[in-house]
Amino acid sequence: MADLSINFAGIQSPNPFWLASAPPTNTGDQIMRAFDAGWGGAVWKTLGDPIVDTSSRFGSIDVGNSRMVGFNNIELITDRPLEVNLREIREVKRKYPKHVVIASLMVESKEDWRDIIKRCIDAGADGLELNFGCPHGMCERGMGSAVGQEPEVLKVVAGWAVEYSTVPVLVKLTPNVGDIRVPGVAAVQAGAHGLSLINTIKSIVGVDLDKMVPYPVVGNRSTNGGYCGPAVKPIALHMVSSLGRDPRVNVPISGIGGIATWRDAAEFIAMGCTSVQVCTAVMHYGFRIVEDMIDGLSNFLDEKGMKSVNELRGKALGAYSEWGDLDLHYKVAAQIDPEKCIGCDLCYVACRDTSVFCIHTAGEELIAGHRAPTRDKAIAKATATGVHVPWVDWDECTGCNLCSLVCPVPGCITMVDDTRGKPFESWNDRIDKGTNKVPGGLRG
Amino acid sequence: MNPVTSALPAQRLESHIADSKPNYIPGDAVAEANRCLYCHDAPCVTACPTGIDIPTFIRKIGTGNLTGSARTILSANLLGYSCARVCPVEALCVGACVYNAWHRNPPIQIGRLQRFAVESVFANGSAATLLSKAAPNGKKVVCVGAGPASLACAGYLALEGCSVTLLEKRAIAGGLNVTGVAPYKMDATGALAELAYIQSLGVTIQTGVEVGKDVTPEQLLKDHDAVFVGVGLGGDSKLGIPGEAGPGVFGGVEWVEKMKLESGYALEGVRRAVVIGGGNTAIDVVRELAKLGVPDVALLYRRTEADMPGYRHELELARKEGVRLVERAVPASFVRTGDKLAAVALADGREVACDLCVVAIGQGKLGALVSSFPGVATSDKGLALGEPMTGTTGNPKVWVGGDVTGGELVVTAAQDGKRAARSIAAALGIKARENAPYLAGHR
Repeated sequence: MADLSINFAGIQSPNPFWLASAPPTNTGDQIMRAFDAGWGGAVWKTLGDPIVDTSSRFGSIDVGNSRMVGFNNIELITDRPLEVNLREIREVKRKYPKHVVIASLMVESKEDWRDIIKRCIDAGADGLELNFGCPHGMCERGMGSAVGQEPEVLKVVAGWAVEYSTVPVLVKLTPNVGDIRVPGVAAVQAGAHGLSLINTIKSIVGVDLDKMVPYPVVGNRSTNGGYCGPAVKPIALHMVSSLGRDPRVNVPISGIGGIATWRDAAEFIAMGCTSVQVCTAVMHYGFRIVEDMIDGLSNFLDEKGMKSVNELRGKALGAYSEWGDLDLHYKVAAQIDPEKCIGCDLCYVACRDTSVFCIHTAGEELIAGHRAPTRDKAIAKATATGVHVPWVDWDECTGCNLCSLVCPVPGCITMVDDTRGKPFESWNDRIDKGTNKVPGGLRG
Repeated sequence: MNPVTSALPAQRLESHIADSKPNYIPGDAVAEANRCLYCHDAPCVTACPTGIDIPTFIRKIGTGNLTGSARTILSANLLGYSCARVCPVEALCVGACVYNAWHRNPPIQIGRLQRFAVESVFANGSAATLLSKAAPNGKKVVCVGAGPASLACAGYLALEGCSVTLLEKRAIAGGLNVTGVAPYKMDATGALAELAYIQSLGVTIQTGVEVGKDVTPEQLLKDHDAVFVGVGLGGDSKLGIPGEAGPGVFGGVEWVEKMKLESGYALEGVRRAVVIGGGNTAIDVVRELAKLGVPDVALLYRRTEADMPGYRHELELARKEGVRLVERAVPASFVRTGDKLAAVALADGREVACDLCVVAIGQGKLGALVSSFPGVATSDKGLALGEPMTGTTGNPKVWVGGDVTGGELVVTAAQDGKRAARSIAAALGIKARENAPYLAGHR
C-alpha cells in the first residue's frame, strides 16, 4: 500500500486530505469526528472577533438531477468566543497529536495579529492560515479578500504573521484577482511558508423572481457571496497550476476548490499540490467521504506503481504548456459507434450549429475521396431499425471533441488518432519559420 | 487446469438461456452509481442479510475506485459475486431503496452494480489478493459440503490463517450455486468463477468424499480443530402418487441440474410441460422451460395464488413469459400411455396434459448425517439446530449453517458461514485482526 503521508512546510500529516476552514470545522467536536473518519488535518474555521451571521446564508445551483453543483455562502468567520475555540484546539491536539490542526486567522491591527498568533500557537496549532480570501462581508470591513487583492497590503500583513509565528504560515489566496501569480508571489516574498487556494469566488447564485431578491434571501434583500463546489474546480486547478509551475513559488501549495473525490485530489496533486482541502463535498455528504478518498488514492498509486503520494506531486505540470507550443499537426477524429448509438442526434445538431457540420445522417452522400469509417454500418442500422444513426466525415472533422461531450451514451463517440505521421509543428515554430500568417484561414 | 473449476461438460442446455441482467459496461455502471443518493444509515444495508456497506461500494464505483468497491463488498460477503446475481434483490436491498417511496425514480440496481464491481476484480486477476490475509496459524478446519455456507466459512477462516478443507460428496463442488441457480441469473460458469476465487484464498476442495461413507464424523473430529457442517438439503421430495416413477417425471432440483450440467440433454418433443409446486424453485423451473421454448408451460399449485410462497415478482415475470398458473391443483396420479407420460390427473377430476412434469415441492432434510456428529441435535423436521448468531451446536467442535439449518437463500447461507467463521476463530483462540474481513457487515 502506497504511503499517503506528507510533509507540508514542516507539518507532518498522515495523508494529504484536510478539511478547509469552513462550517464543518467550526468546533472541536466536528473536527475530532472528522479525524475519526480519516481526515489527516483540518483548518479551523477562521478565528477573529466573533461575528453575527444572517439567516439564511447558503444557496446553490443544480444542473439536471445533480444537486449543489455550485455552492454559494454569505456566512462569515467564527461566531464563537476565541477562548472557546482555543480551548477546543488544545483538546483536539491533546487527543489527536498526529493529526494536523491549522488555525485560520483574520484580524485587523498588528497588535491583534500578534496576540491571536501567540494564543493559537500556545493552544497547539501546527500552523496558521491567513484568511486573505473571504470575498463577502469581511472584505467590507477591510479584511479577507480586501487584503488578498492588494499585494502590497498582503505583503505587510503576511510579514507580520511570519515575524510573530513560530509555526508555518500559509497564506490563503482569493481568486478574485486578474492574475493569481501576483498575490501568490507577494505572499512568498513576505516569507509565507505555504499557499492555499482558492478561496471562494465572488458570486450571486441566483434570483428569486417572485420576491425579486437574489439568493440567499435575507428578509427582503441579499448580498453577494462566495462561490465554491464542483463547478469551480477548473478555475482552482488553473490557479494552482499557474503557481505550481512558477519558479518564484518555492513553497508547498494546499489545493482547494471543488474537490470531492480521490480523483479530484489526484488531479490537484498532479498539478503541484502537497495537500488538498475539502469543504462543499463534506457539507453535502459528511465526513465519511474521506474513506474512499484515502482508499481510492492509495489504490490508484498502487496501480501506477508509485510508492508514495509524493511521487504523484507535479506529475502533470510539465505537460501544461503555452498554447503556442502545442502541436498543430496532432489530429483526432470523431467515431460514432453505430451499435451503441440510440439516435438522439444531439451530436448532429451540435456539430451542425457549432462546429464544421461533418456529422451526417445515414442517407447523405459521402464526398468522393473522403473517409467515413462507420458510414456503412450506420446506414445498415438506420435502414434496418429506423434509428437515426449519424456518421462522421473524417476529412471534414476538425477533432474539436464537442460531439463526444454532448453524447449521452458512454463510449458511443470516441476521438480516434488521425495524425497520420505528420511531424510536430507548433505556432511558435511557425513564427520562427515565418509561416505563421495564414491568408484566407486555411487549415493544415 | 484447475480440476475443481474445469469440470463443466460441453453442450449444456442452460447455455441456450440468456443472462437477464448482463454485466454493465463501465459508463453505464458509473451512471447508475451516480444516481445513488449515498444515504446515511441506509435501509438497503439493513435489508442485506450480510450487511454490505452498499452506499459506500456504489460511491466507489462512481469515483472509479473499483478495487475499493469490490473490497467493500467481498469483506462483508465473500460470495458477493453470486449474491449479486441470485439474490432476490427486489425483496432485499433494492426493495428497501429510498427511491421506492419517492416514485419519481426506479430504485438503484444494486445487484447489477455489485456484479460489475466484483466481476472487475475477477477479470483483472486482483481478487485473490484483495482482502488482507493473516499468516498461517496451524489450526485445521474442515467444512462438510461445498455449497455457499461452507464456501463462506472456509474462505473467511483461510483469510485468518487456518488450514481449511472442503469436503464435497459430489463430483462437482459449489452446491446449488453450480447445480441449481436459474441460468438467466447465473450459469454454472459464473458459479465456478466464484469457486475459483474461494480456492484462491487458500481453501482446499476435495470432491467425491462423502461423510459417513468415505470418512467418519469421528475421524473428522479427531483430525481437525473444528468442523463446519453446511451440507444443505437432500434430494427432491416426492408426491407419492401413482405413476410418479417412470420417464418424464423429474424432481425440481434433479431437473434443474440436468438442464444445467448434463451434456446433450434436450427438450426434444416436449410441447407441454407441467411444474408442480408454489415455491421459488417451481417458479424458476417454469421460467426456464418457457425460455427454452416449450410452447405450453403450466404451474400447478395446490392452493391459490395468494398462498404461494414463491416471490410475487418472479411469478409476474413467468406470466409475461407465457406461463399459466393452475390454482387448487392437487395431483392425484400421473396418466401414462404405456410408459409415456400423458397427463397429471387432479383430485377434482381435471386432467392437465403434459409430456414433461417437474415436481418441485421441496427437498428432504439431512438430519441423519447431521446427527451422526455426536452432540449435534436436529429439529423434528430434520433441520440442524445451531445457535443462530454463531452456528454453535451441542458439540463444542461442530458448527452448522446454511440450508441444513432451514435458511433458503445464498445470502443467508453466506452470512451463516461468516458468523460461524467468527465463532470458530474465537473458539480456537485466533485473535481478531483489526482489518479482518469477517468483521465487516452485520453482527
